[in-house]
Amino acid sequence: MFKTNSFRGGTHPPEDKSRTEHLPIENVPIPEKILIPLQQHIGAPAEPVVEKGAGVKTGQVIAKSNGFISIPAHATCSGTVTAVDLFTHPLGNRMLAIEIENDGKDEWEQKQSRALSIRSLKKDEMLKRIQEAGIAGMGGAAFPTHVKLSPPEDKPVDIILLNGAECEPCLTADHRLMLEQPDLIIQGMRIMMKILGVKTGIIGIERNKPDAIDTITERVRKVKSIRVLPLKVKYPQGAEKQLIKAATGREVPCGGLPMDVGCLVHNVGTALAVAEAVSVKKPLIERIVTVTGNGIAKPKNCRVRIGTSFRHIIEFCGGYTANASKLISGGPMMGIAQVTDAVPVIKGTSGILVLDRKQAFLRKENPCIGCARCVDVCPMNLVPNRIAAFVEYQKIDKARRLGLIDCIECGSCSYICPAKRNLVHYIKLGKAVWNKTQKKAQ
Amino acid sequence: MDFSIVSAMMVLGGLGLLFGVGLAIASKIFAVAKDPRVERVEAVLPGINCGACGAPGCSGFAEGVVNGEYPVNGCPVGGADVAREVARIMGTEAEDTVPLVAVICCRGDIDNATDRAVYQGIEDCHAAALIGEGAKGCVYGCLGLGTCVRACPFNAMTMGDKGLPVVHEALCTGCGACVRACPRHIMQLIPRNQGVYLGCVSRDFGKAVKSVCKAGCIGCSLCANPKTTPNEMITMDGKLPVIHYKRVKNSLKDLENAVAKCPTRSFAIRRIDVPAPEEHEEAADVITDRRGS
Repeated sequence: MFKTNSFRGGTHPPEDKSRTEHLPIENVPIPEKILIPLQQHIGAPAEPVVEKGAGVKTGQVIAKSNGFISIPAHATCSGTVTAVDLFTHPLGNRMLAIEIENDGKDEWEQKQSRALSIRSLKKDEMLKRIQEAGIAGMGGAAFPTHVKLSPPEDKPVDIILLNGAECEPCLTADHRLMLEQPDLIIQGMRIMMKILGVKTGIIGIERNKPDAIDTITERVRKVKSIRVLPLKVKYPQGAEKQLIKAATGREVPCGGLPMDVGCLVHNVGTALAVAEAVSVKKPLIERIVTVTGNGIAKPKNCRVRIGTSFRHIIEFCGGYTANASKLISGGPMMGIAQVTDAVPVIKGTSGILVLDRKQAFLRKENPCIGCARCVDVCPMNLVPNRIAAFVEYQKIDKARRLGLIDCIECGSCSYICPAKRNLVHYIKLGKAVWNKTQKKAQ
Repeated sequence: MDFSIVSAMMVLGGLGLLFGVGLAIASKIFAVAKDPRVERVEAVLPGINCGACGAPGCSGFAEGVVNGEYPVNGCPVGGADVAREVARIMGTEAEDTVPLVAVICCRGDIDNATDRAVYQGIEDCHAAALIGEGAKGCVYGCLGLGTCVRACPFNAMTMGDKGLPVVHEALCTGCGACVRACPRHIMQLIPRNQGVYLGCVSRDFGKAVKSVCKAGCIGCSLCANPKTTPNEMITMDGKLPVIHYKRVKNSLKDLENAVAKCPTRSFAIRRIDVPAPEEHEEAADVITDRRGS
């Protein structure tokens, strides 16, 4: 019988993937203006090295990395820099960004070199190429990949997990990528295994993508060190800690990192970017974005240049429908609502979702009735209703003691809450306040 | 039987006596000299523990005054009367303090300002500011979710029907709780005897301000023109004018004339004849009324 590979808690929101599941990835033409935020990753923002009026070519470094936990930003089209200023960022606040006017030529700074055999490269050289390519985790959190791949010596890593679960409803970007470019994904995985000297690689894919499971299994049949692991369909199966628990049975300690239990998790998109960076020195300048929802005329899977505005991509997908109402960057569970469609796609943008008026309607928030459904579904074993209540009454230290910081913001609790409490919003607010008090204390 | 009762009484009585003597000795040896002035100072303070002075509460402030950490006029809520009383206890003279009042430095109500989106989350300005800097067109403007209203310990604020909070100046003590609560630094304290303040905190360029708000300051610097505004009462700090209330010498009319030229009418004029809370006897009634409604 099947061994159930899963974790405690979780929910089953409607998957809603059928709109784009079977559509091949299409290339979106480069827009007239590209906007590249300097903070697309966790860590120090990149430092601009070009000024207004400078000419740039595709793939040129326009902002250098600022410290170890930081990555450079590259121009994703050729043209002229028209502004270095504050622009609205899809993650919320306004941040420094570089605006480039496209000259339509798409001239590359360096010709794509011939694919190198990864055998001839040393570990340091590969890590350097990954850092120079500006690769950050493409599942959403956007942690610099080269930092993940250089764990401290006292924390040996023995398993690399590739995350193809794509548990977020509506999104099919990773799914299409696994179907269309499985070889590159597997090559990227082998590069990462070589860098760390790891002998075991597991590719976790949810069972609702049987074609992806078959494709990848077919490709890794002859590779002994890599295997495909079909996972139970449950949200948030693709969250880092939940994936580790499901695939290996190991549990990441509270406040710890996956490397504490000898694991590393990478998104399939990251593996592809790593393969391209190491073998042909191609910087991370494009990604796959699923554009979907009832508010989009023609939902599609798109390959877009980083920095393309949401508006341009939505126009490429036939524009909004008449009853389009709410714009979300990411999926319906973890995505962030946007106030304008002028925001650019960044390295962690996996989807653009437009809800119609009916879907966007939210019922009024009611008091907590103490039913504990949020406790049942929390994959991190927290007590969301209590944490939210403490945040509401500004008892941040008490919320902290209940695990405010451990929340992965998956949205399961808000989804299940019969009183329609905005639990994750409270927790995000609590985290923001907590970070502020921590900064003050320093 | 009898013996057991007597022994119990003797044991417990003896223990009581022993502990009593011990406590008596301890109280002499470990006695902490407490300044009697602390209690007297605390007695004259308002006792509302608002934290406006910077101390955690009134007793903390009283201790701080006696230790010399806070000035005798450090309680903005109590005003001149309390300062005089505290000064008398401490044996010094209190400098005259000008009572303060909270004002809302944003005129972007539903008539003037535009919205970019509809906000659906929790009713808190900090939470709203997390999502794309809020749904309001102006990223500096008042979010109108009433975080300041809930922070006011004196019930001196309500949400107005035009999307901006309203300060009931008769109840405002100038404690600054709303100033600390506002994520956008829109609540500010100005001297109670001043009638003019700038109703905008936007540091955007004029064109950007114009596109989102009719009453926003466009930074034209007309009000800071030295020809019409003597004494450098108003100077420009970047794109925003700053009023220096200490330089307002002759009459308030000067300031009103200076800001009369403002093309966007970004300055707010308030009535300065509203009595301060201690002179306002109906204050208590107003509080009960509002709580009841």
